[in-house]
Amino acid sequence: MTVKELCEKTGFAAVCLPEPEREVSGCYCGDLLSWVMGRASSGQAWITIMSNINIVAVATLCDTAVIILSENVALEENVISTAEQRGVNIVSAPVPTFEAAKAIAGLV
Amino acid sequence: MSESLRFHFNVDGSNFTTAGQASVQVKKNLRELGIPADVIRRVSIAMYEGEINMVIHAHGGEADVVVYEDRIEIILNDHGPGIPNIELAMKEGYSTAPDNIRSLGFGAGMGLPNMKRYTDKMDIETELGKGTKITMCVNF
Repeated sequence: MTVKELCEKTGFAAVCLPEPEREVSGCYCGDLLSWVMGRASSGQAWITIMSNINIVAVATLCDTAVIILSENVALEENVISTAEQRGVNIVSAPVPTFEAAKAIAGLV
Repeated sequence: MSESLRFHFNVDGSNFTTAGQASVQVKKNLRELGIPADVIRRVSIAMYEGEINMVIHAHGGEADVVVYEDRIEIILNDHGPGIPNIELAMKEGYSTAPDNIRSLGFGAGMGLPNMKRYTDKMDIETELGKGTKITMCVNF
């Protein structure tokens, strides 16, 4: 399933989708960036409540398919523009991490 | 025999939000060189952890990445306070990072352990009050 299709099926809002056709192959949930970096795999959707600029670097280095911000966490404009430049997809979910993971569990 | 290729970066210690730029650039450079994806991932993650450590603890420093025919070497140099107890610093979960860093999702005590986990060889030279030099190697 692509990131774009994931948005359509879950109703999660696109924050920035520079690579909408990217395939999503699984999911990882976590907020400690070093922990995530050690464990998230390439192509996974990463669900987090972290919103600082470093999430873009972590997603780039881990090569995750999309960052899903749970609980409607808001991003500063510079985070969004950096993500756009680096080809990092970000979507926003209005529900807690557990619910967001449940929503995509049967899809990826 | 071919020459090794070297990338050099200054890691800005004053701006936490720009930390990681060197690692992202290295990832891009290695991709262009056709280095295997798994090797790129290991190098860039290990280097990012090192960069973050330099920003948190040492007011920045310098990073060098050298590409050889069969391996990639990452050399991180700083003039920070040094590591008083390497054995303790290598333990997962041990951290001396301040609260403001933890609130950003770092300082979980995973930095050095991740660097070791993702590389084939890691060497730490440190002197209190002088600085730290970390040399890591990823084979391919």
